[in-house]
Amino acid sequence: MHIYQQSGQFSGRKNVLRGIILAVALVLLWRLFVLQIADPSYKAFARSNYLRHVTDYPARGLIYDRNGELLVYNEAHYDLMVIPGQVRDIDTLAFCELLGIEVSAFESRLLQARRFSRFRASVFERQISKTTFAAFQEKLFRFPGFFVQPRTLRRYTYPIATHTFGYVGEAGPNVIQNDPYYRSGDYIGISGLERAYEEELRGSKGLRIWMVDVLNRDIGPFQEGRYDTLAIAGKDLYTTLDAQLQIYGEQLMQNKRGSIVAIEPATGEILALVSSPSFDPGLLVGRQRTRNYRMLQNDTLKPLFNRALMAQYPPGSVFKLINTLIALQENVVDASTTYGCSGIYHTSGISVRCRTHPNPVNAISGTQHSCNTYSSIIFQNTINQSRFENIQQAFTNWRDHVVSFGLGQQFGSDLSHELSGLVATSDYYDRLYGPRGWRSQTILSLGIGQGELGVTPMQLANMTAAIANKGHYITPHLVKAVGHKENPSNKNANINEINIDRRHFETIAHAMHLVVEDGTGRFSRIPGIEMAGKTGTVQNPHGENHSVFVAFAPVDDPKIAISVVVENAGYGSVWAAPIASLMIEKYLNREVNRQWFEQRVLDAKFLTTQQ
Amino acid sequence: MTNKSYTLHRLDKVVLLLYILLVIIGWFNIFSAEYTQAHKHIFDMSTSYGKQLLWIMTSVVMAAAILILDVRFFTGLSWGLYGLFLLLLIAVLFVGVEINATKAWFRFGGFAFQPSEIAKYGTALALAAFISTKKGNQPDINSRIKAIAIIAIPAMLVLMQKDVGTTLVFTSFFLVLFREGYIGGLVLFFAGLAVTLFVLTLMFNEFIIIGALAIAGIIFGIFLRKKASALWQLAALFAILSAYVYFVDYTMDNILEPHHKARIEVLIHDGMDLQGVGYNLHQSKIAIGSGGLTGKGFLQGTQTQFNFVPEQTTDFIFCTIGEEWGFAGSIMIITLFVSLLFRLIYLAERQKSAFSRVFGYSVASIIFFHFAINISMTIGLAPVIGIPLPMVSYGGSSLWGITLLLFTFLKFDTKRSEMM
Repeated sequence: MHIYQQSGQFSGRKNVLRGIILAVALVLLWRLFVLQIADPSYKAFARSNYLRHVTDYPARGLIYDRNGELLVYNEAHYDLMVIPGQVRDIDTLAFCELLGIEVSAFESRLLQARRFSRFRASVFERQISKTTFAAFQEKLFRFPGFFVQPRTLRRYTYPIATHTFGYVGEAGPNVIQNDPYYRSGDYIGISGLERAYEEELRGSKGLRIWMVDVLNRDIGPFQEGRYDTLAIAGKDLYTTLDAQLQIYGEQLMQNKRGSIVAIEPATGEILALVSSPSFDPGLLVGRQRTRNYRMLQNDTLKPLFNRALMAQYPPGSVFKLINTLIALQENVVDASTTYGCSGIYHTSGISVRCRTHPNPVNAISGTQHSCNTYSSIIFQNTINQSRFENIQQAFTNWRDHVVSFGLGQQFGSDLSHELSGLVATSDYYDRLYGPRGWRSQTILSLGIGQGELGVTPMQLANMTAAIANKGHYITPHLVKAVGHKENPSNKNANINEINIDRRHFETIAHAMHLVVEDGTGRFSRIPGIEMAGKTGTVQNPHGENHSVFVAFAPVDDPKIAISVVVENAGYGSVWAAPIASLMIEKYLNREVNRQWFEQRVLDAKFLTTQQ
Repeated sequence: MTNKSYTLHRLDKVVLLLYILLVIIGWFNIFSAEYTQAHKHIFDMSTSYGKQLLWIMTSVVMAAAILILDVRFFTGLSWGLYGLFLLLLIAVLFVGVEINATKAWFRFGGFAFQPSEIAKYGTALALAAFISTKKGNQPDINSRIKAIAIIAIPAMLVLMQKDVGTTLVFTSFFLVLFREGYIGGLVLFFAGLAVTLFVLTLMFNEFIIIGALAIAGIIFGIFLRKKASALWQLAALFAILSAYVYFVDYTMDNILEPHHKARIEVLIHDGMDLQGVGYNLHQSKIAIGSGGLTGKGFLQGTQTQFNFVPEQTTDFIFCTIGEEWGFAGSIMIITLFVSLLFRLIYLAERQKSAFSRVFGYSVASIIFFHFAINISMTIGLAPVIGIPLPMVSYGGSSLWGITLLLFTFLKFDTKRSEMM
């Protein structure tokens, strides 16, 4: 059969065809193996196709004052987010019109987001308005790849206590790299309480995983929400601040440079923390934050600088309280030891001026009239005690007493950015003068609170609280309770004992009472309130002296201890003391009756912008 | 023994079983690709799985009819059917409707029918009829040209419908011509060389390719320097190949429609234009690639269920298999097809009659081409030319066409020891 022969001649070619089929099958299998087994990236692609990870941002904790008044709260706002890998087929023109941006801006922002990541969300437009949000919500399905992320912004009941609250901002790249909790666009407390209590305030983010189809339509929770986590709201802070007192303090300090610190002596709770000049905390919220911050940074009045914690001054005459207490404890004088004052004190070629006052003076009247001669003598007596082998030992003994009042160190509680201040060590003088090169008269200015001393207003107030407590202080702090009002946070309220007998404190407290009743502070006497205080006038080589006053009241059962510093305002008795007395009156009586006295302070201006 | 039971008895059960398996696998994957939570009854004619059931049932009827008919009906009417189908291909150019930019469909009510599917059948019959009448060991040049013309005429008509995919299916008949000695191995080699050069030209500048060809030519020339005639042949070959490369480049830039060009370019440049022309391929690769070893499970494919892959019931049905059944499913499908093809070659070779052998090879070649190109285009090895996976993809014309081819051959096979 011819046909059969034909088949025979080329029938070997069937194997060529079989070979081709097998070769193609193997190529397909190899390629499928690469796609399905070897290359894991397609699984990630598939997930990013249909899974949307939606972060639920918890409300940040609220901040209350000591009386339960709400001070800091949240307001919802919306960020427009984009996942560049999912953007497709959108009507760019309509989109831009809705958002009110140029097409070129749209493209450059999308490019920027794409550079960050194709599959992770980045902020496209921050804090879109409520009307834009409403318009978007309706048309969102037309813009695959875009979604709206609700977030909250801080709002403030009163424009006060800016430095204390601190502010919240977007977590920077460093934070994001080091702490896995934070993602691009997340907020973090940057200063003040917002920073100190960041972990409590922020709560914990929730995550919902949604499934979407090709049109970006919501199909439902992934695996019935098995991997979803709920957002847990941040804990509220119950601060020690008295909002009304804080407001009043900021009013009094208007147009002045300086600070007020008020503490409840029995608890160490800070009632008011005023630094002036200040600014509205609302300035550092939202879209304008960076611009406003730059403006504040460039302000010659330095409103960002928290003077209450970060400015250090020589304490001046108020330091005589400490020196007198040490002298009494060291028994180099007793309460009745008197010295005469001729208006000037000479020792080894050094002289210290004093002013006219009743003569002679002892511990009480010396304090009452702030006698420089008395202070110099008892300071020299303290340093020159024969029981010490050398001046280094004697000085260190004196210094230990000083430091036990909380001076020269940070409190390390929930105060942010506090300065430790300065109380020089004997080593410092050894280096300056040589180990044998200094005597008590070398460092005589320390006796009247000048020289190598730097004290913050916070330390001054705490020192006063320690006197009010007759020998101890509770570490000053700003937060009473976290999460719940009845959930006291005691971690900062440590008792610090001072190694000076109670009777000496009673002597000094009595003297301070006399300062107000019939001494340098008598001008600021409050009718009906027994106040103890001490004036200070801090010499300022750069200009007018600083006006300083420390006080506590009532004398018998102190409810408030306060320090006031008004820079470049002159005598302590003239400005700082009246302000302190008004604060005390306000706190104890909840109202101020001395209208003209108050008006005088409110009208006073000590701000000069040139520096 | 009656004629009917004789036919059933001699019917090849292996091909039958593979056919049934592939159709069932196809239906389940079509069901999954279209399934929604609010799913409809499986007989619902608004769904493709409902309609596919209808296609399957009509295919069963068709298969039964073919088995009942006398073989002489096919052998005798070979040329008549070929002519009729050519007329239909011409008619569709005038009265057909356009679907997906292809004017290849007749529409009857809710159903559309593609004459190019049965044109392949007619061509297979005509080729079988032509070759089986030839005498002698070596076909002369005249009969070679005629054989190629039998294939080329319907192919050109299909190309006029702008259906490039189906046109290319006609190239599968070259495997039949090769088997029958109408073309030599050299032709297959040059075909392979042409495809290779084609891809290289897309990837690189045409002058780089021509330069590389020149270097290769010089190297060969040094070996062949003693033979003047060989050198002339080499020079001619170089000229032809260079012209071809230039022609490919010119075709890509000036003749091919932009969407054809883009479909080829996305293969070469991975990750190109993922939101546009590269979207299909990218989503297809994601679907298959995310299947892993064992797949996500029936109705669990996220790419499939959330409709990320377009045309998933038809040309991209392999995505559903790859995603929901994983590499295991891929192996299964490929194994089934390779088994079917090997069985068809085995059956073709045992035919006593050249007619049924040529026809059998035609069936195998057509199925092979569809299988290889369809899967290749879902995994980025071939451009997306829109041809279905036989028996598996949704579609009446496709299933009918394959049923017609397979069962006609099975009918021939029952008469394998007879001369037709």
